[in-house]
Amino acid sequence: MNEPALPLSAQLAVSDFELFGVPAQFVQDRAQLDARWKDLQREAHPDKFASQGAAAQRVAMQWSVRINEAYQRLKDPMRRAAYLCELGGAPIQAENNTAMPTAFLMQQMEWREAMDDATNVAALEALHDDVQQAHKAALQQCAQLIDTTHDLPAAAQQVRGLMFIEKFLRDVEARIDHLDAS
Amino acid sequence: MALLQISEPGQAPDPHQRRIAVGIDLGTTHSLVAAMRNGVAECLPDAEGHVILPSAVRYLENDGRQIGRAALAAQAQDPQNTLVSVKRFMGRGVADIANREQLPYVLIDKPGMLAIQTRVGEKSPVEVSAEILATLRFRAEDTFNDDLYGAVITVPAYFDDAQRQATKDAAQLAGINVLRLINEPTAAAIAYGLDQASEGVYAVYDLGGGTFDISVLRLTRGVFEVLATGGDSALGGDDYDRALVDWVQAQTGCVIATPADKSNVLVAARACKEALSAADSATFDVALSSGALRHTVTRTEFEAATAALTQRTLSAVRKALRDAKLSKDDIQGVVMVGGSTRMPQVQQAVADLLGCAPLNNLNPDEVVALGAAIQANQLAGNNPDGELLLLDVIPLSLGIETMGGLVERIVPRNQTIPTAMAQDFTTYQDGQTALALHVVQGERDMVADCRSLARFELRGIPPMAAGAARIRVTFTVDADGMVSVSALEQLSGVTANITVKPSYGLSDDQIAAMLQDSFKTAEQDIKARALVEARVDADRMWLATQSALHADGDLLSAEDRARIEALMAATLDAKKLEDAAAIQAITEALAKGTEAFAAQRMNRGIQHALAGQNIENI
Repeated sequence: MNEPALPLSAQLAVSDFELFGVPAQFVQDRAQLDARWKDLQREAHPDKFASQGAAAQRVAMQWSVRINEAYQRLKDPMRRAAYLCELGGAPIQAENNTAMPTAFLMQQMEWREAMDDATNVAALEALHDDVQQAHKAALQQCAQLIDTTHDLPAAAQQVRGLMFIEKFLRDVEARIDHLDAS
Repeated sequence: MALLQISEPGQAPDPHQRRIAVGIDLGTTHSLVAAMRNGVAECLPDAEGHVILPSAVRYLENDGRQIGRAALAAQAQDPQNTLVSVKRFMGRGVADIANREQLPYVLIDKPGMLAIQTRVGEKSPVEVSAEILATLRFRAEDTFNDDLYGAVITVPAYFDDAQRQATKDAAQLAGINVLRLINEPTAAAIAYGLDQASEGVYAVYDLGGGTFDISVLRLTRGVFEVLATGGDSALGGDDYDRALVDWVQAQTGCVIATPADKSNVLVAARACKEALSAADSATFDVALSSGALRHTVTRTEFEAATAALTQRTLSAVRKALRDAKLSKDDIQGVVMVGGSTRMPQVQQAVADLLGCAPLNNLNPDEVVALGAAIQANQLAGNNPDGELLLLDVIPLSLGIETMGGLVERIVPRNQTIPTAMAQDFTTYQDGQTALALHVVQGERDMVADCRSLARFELRGIPPMAAGAARIRVTFTVDADGMVSVSALEQLSGVTANITVKPSYGLSDDQIAAMLQDSFKTAEQDIKARALVEARVDADRMWLATQSALHADGDLLSAEDRARIEALMAATLDAKKLEDAAAIQAITEALAKGTEAFAAQRMNRGIQHALAGQNIENI
């Protein structure tokens, strides 16, 4: 080949940010991500190569999967933060690193108790709102730590907290569904 | 086969090279085939002018078969050998079939999928569906007097992997190149052009002859997300006919004594129902064994007699909305599908419930096939400027059985496809050298409540302490929603890797055997057929390479280009051969020889997309 481009595997291995042509930072424009995703899929989706033989289909499938993977990661703020921490050498290691600040753990326990005590949907929805506020604040912390102060270990700690918070939000939602249905 | 015409570089390909691509609605009660003609999607009629092919196959004594209308006409006299509604059996075991004791068939439980005993032996639902698909294929080929390039086939949105696989197998058996499987409600939305401009939540209300389906879709920039599906698999226009018969009988006290009476009153009810869609009153007119019966029915009376049925569909709509966590105010529009939606009371009830006027200006029997035809035309490359990008989602979650019969979800439902997702698992006991993997599909937490897709074993794990092995299980879902699973032990340097096809899928050997079986009795000679197909494939590959060279030939060195051109020339020569296997081998060589080129082209496309963005940023 006269234009020695990167081999396919190397091309696929560029970071999500490079693939989407956006700056490698926490703050992202969701509308831009959506538009990029569609542009890229329009180039790479297997449907575009439906009439071009099995080899082209295979390559297109690999690209299309890679683009979807990057999109899922970029559009979810928690996963995006985790990804930036890992790229910057501060892996999340959620399984091994469960040490959380005492204040955070106390907060978690209070929330759990509030959920167990709640007997109606309104009380659960109030709790849900509170937790969502905390979620929002933690994301803002991540933005600050990653994009401004570049303190990735601290950001990774925030991400571990976010994982707890998101799990808890799902639990509250499940409880609301349960009460709503009965 | 016409001589291949090669256009000058830069010129549009000759219009005669337009590929014949069709959309097929493979329905429970009837099936249709549609194609783009003169820029408009239309359903193709058979020689007698009927576009609807009843989904019925009758197996005859002499190894012959009747398909469609002729089969249906013989249903009453030969019920055991006249197979209808086999779509309900696709990818299903006997235990999955509701009300099976009421069916006239002898169902045989087989691993994977049930079979039906007929006078010519056991028939798989896949084989029966293949007869219907082949009939539609020949109809399309007769219409265009050319070989079929490929088809988009529609499936219900709730079809799981086994049912999709069975549909694909049936198409393969019918000699059809499947360009894509798409969801029926998605096809209906495409027919109405909703993918072009609309964003928002749409309902697709599909009331057919024997089934009712409701789907709630969210459309965002060409992505079709299925938010909820529901319905009633035993509710359709036939129930309206029966309700009308009951009402007439109650009014007139007429006696329905013989089987002929039973079938005649249903025919009369259907005619009366259809007349009432246009007129305020109609005559229920039937010759019974006890004498002629004529009774005038007003639309108001008909509506009252069937109100409970219409209400049942509305309950299902409300349930689907609850499942999607939406209120009726969230619904932007509703697409009407299925012949039974012609009834004014159905239109009115849906409009009243959802507070919007139903989209109904396309023929509701045809709308799914029309949408599939639009997509097929695009996929065949006939509309290079078309913007239709259909990003479907996986309808049901995929997971792995873990300890205690629980499901570990790996690919959540509504993930955009194609996708690949991996999860690491480990061993449970010291020295464990094998791992049994059970792949399931469904939303419930217990394995017993989900559908089992496949079981396979990963062997040859080196003995290690419990929990030390790292087994990565990867699910790959292609653009049709078809699943493949692989497992890899990655820690030890010893790797094992297995890719499974869902257990309901047929192996290539089984398909080959069925093909043999099916065509030894048919008019087509299997060898001639294989040869034709090998030539079509060679053509397809040659044309694809030609258009790739047109578009991106500058990526190649002179040497690589010469090599590819030699492979192309060999492929063109191979078409003159009389040996299908030899033609296939040479076609495959061309495919392999252009793989690196395909990768290069893809890189250029991606870089092109990125360049566009970078300019915007500046």
